[in-house]
Amino acid sequence: MRRILVGIKRVVDYNVRIRVKPDGSGVVTDGVKLSINPFDEIALEEALRIKERGGAEEVVVATVGPADCQQQLRTALAMGADRAVLVQADGVVEPLAAARALLKLVEREQPLLVILGKQAIDDDNGQTGQVLAALWNRPQATYASKLELGPSSARVTREVDAGLETLEVDLPAVVTTDLRLNEPRYVKLPDIMKAKKKPLDTVALAALGVEQRQQLKLVRFEPPPQRQKGIRVKDAAELVEALRKKGLL
Amino acid sequence: MSWKVLIVAEHDGAKLNVSTAKCVTCALGVAGAEISVAVCAVDAAAVAAQAARLSGVSGVLAVENPANQHALAAVLAPQLVALSGPFTHVFGPSTTFGKDLMARVAGLLGAAQVSDIMAIESPTRFRRPIYAGNAILTVEAAGDGKIVGTVRMASFEAAGPAATPAPVEKVAVSAQLPAHTRFVSVSAARSDRPDLQTAARVISGGRALGSAEGFKILYSLAGKLGAAVGASRAAVDAGYAPNEMQVGQTGKIIAPELYVAVGISGAIQHLTGIKDARTIVAINKDAEAPIFEVADFGLVGDLFQIIPEIERLI
Repeated sequence: MRRILVGIKRVVDYNVRIRVKPDGSGVVTDGVKLSINPFDEIALEEALRIKERGGAEEVVVATVGPADCQQQLRTALAMGADRAVLVQADGVVEPLAAARALLKLVEREQPLLVILGKQAIDDDNGQTGQVLAALWNRPQATYASKLELGPSSARVTREVDAGLETLEVDLPAVVTTDLRLNEPRYVKLPDIMKAKKKPLDTVALAALGVEQRQQLKLVRFEPPPQRQKGIRVKDAAELVEALRKKGLL
Repeated sequence: MSWKVLIVAEHDGAKLNVSTAKCVTCALGVAGAEISVAVCAVDAAAVAAQAARLSGVSGVLAVENPANQHALAAVLAPQLVALSGPFTHVFGPSTTFGKDLMARVAGLLGAAQVSDIMAIESPTRFRRPIYAGNAILTVEAAGDGKIVGTVRMASFEAAGPAATPAPVEKVAVSAQLPAHTRFVSVSAARSDRPDLQTAARVISGGRALGSAEGFKILYSLAGKLGAAVGASRAAVDAGYAPNEMQVGQTGKIIAPELYVAVGISGAIQHLTGIKDARTIVAINKDAEAPIFEVADFGLVGDLFQIIPEIERLI
């Protein structure tokens, strides 16, 4: 079966202005809105569009995280994913452990394509897709802004520093999404009801045989240094004068 | 413990990217480390010679292979893993090249990667921004395996020239290179203006410019200032500027001497890309725009009048 596996992550919503806890042990997440990572919504949207065009028959969405992530998986099912898998793990899951968990799902599901976001907006690591591709020994096409899926290969246009690069990768492959790949759809109320009946399997990370060893200890969280308060100038002349004084012009 | 850092060179086959010199400066933060640069290329001579002249580099490893023509992560990663044997740290730049490649290297090594290193506190302790730069995280690696890192470009100056060049050694690596990934094409927007990531002055435009045509007043002022031109995500999405001009969490992170934000409201994701700029100027008609909270100099008014006026005055 032509199947696409999409990995999502539950993160603090991108509109939330986060605060570092005073004791430096983390950021405040109690009572804060949590959502699907924006890049992962784009990944799911792309998989759904491929399926709607007849390029795939099934879209499976998966996440690695605590039990509460079921909410985000249900949202993904409401968007149109066919079924969901929660790999349950509490505490810090590093990209390597997440990729190892996804690899286990890949072995089980045999997808022709795995689509992930290019980075999660909480840890900003940007690693999981590449690590999965490495462990799987398959191609990777990161920062995708265009994806054309053929019978046995895909053409992917990537957003790179120099401009746009196009690669051809044999399937199966791992693709990570950039912002301009698509505009994710909104979830409709009837679909939320339907999503409740769609299959959602839960498996423990340890049951997959993946060790949740933390290689990087989180020592301390700090707020970034504050910039000094600036001044308002009244017109262009005063601005140019101020910049001249600072030796910037 | 003696530390050895391997840095992967970013280049176009002829010229070494400035990102490599910044990685060298970062690597100097690993106290007492011996620093080597790996140049994977078809013909490595020219780039290896440039890498050898960077102050702090003690050796250059040149790996020549026709497969290295297009810097594909899937092809480069096994070669770096083969080279990495004696090294404790493997670093690359946090550019699209380095981010794509290094995580694949980390995956093959089963190693931890520290993304976007902004400071090194000890050979195993690093500081990096998270949550779009709204928090700084210090991490400590267990130190029982190799440490892979990507280096945040805005946090380090480029290493200067060395008194005497380091030795260049041609190395043959035995790694199986995949054929499953093929380069098709690259379309680079040619620009006569300075590079966005290294320019001392940057002028960026937002949605308020109204059109690609509207951006011309920025190009004109930038030309006079010798500045690079950037854009907010909104301006790029609206088609006013190409995507490689995007500044922010998902675009380029820059730290120029002078940053002028024109018609940019200052979303969190944009501020992430500029908050290390030495001086920030905001020009916006909305006095409540969040950009004014970080601006050293703020001017409220119509950008279509202000920008040409500034150009006349300088």
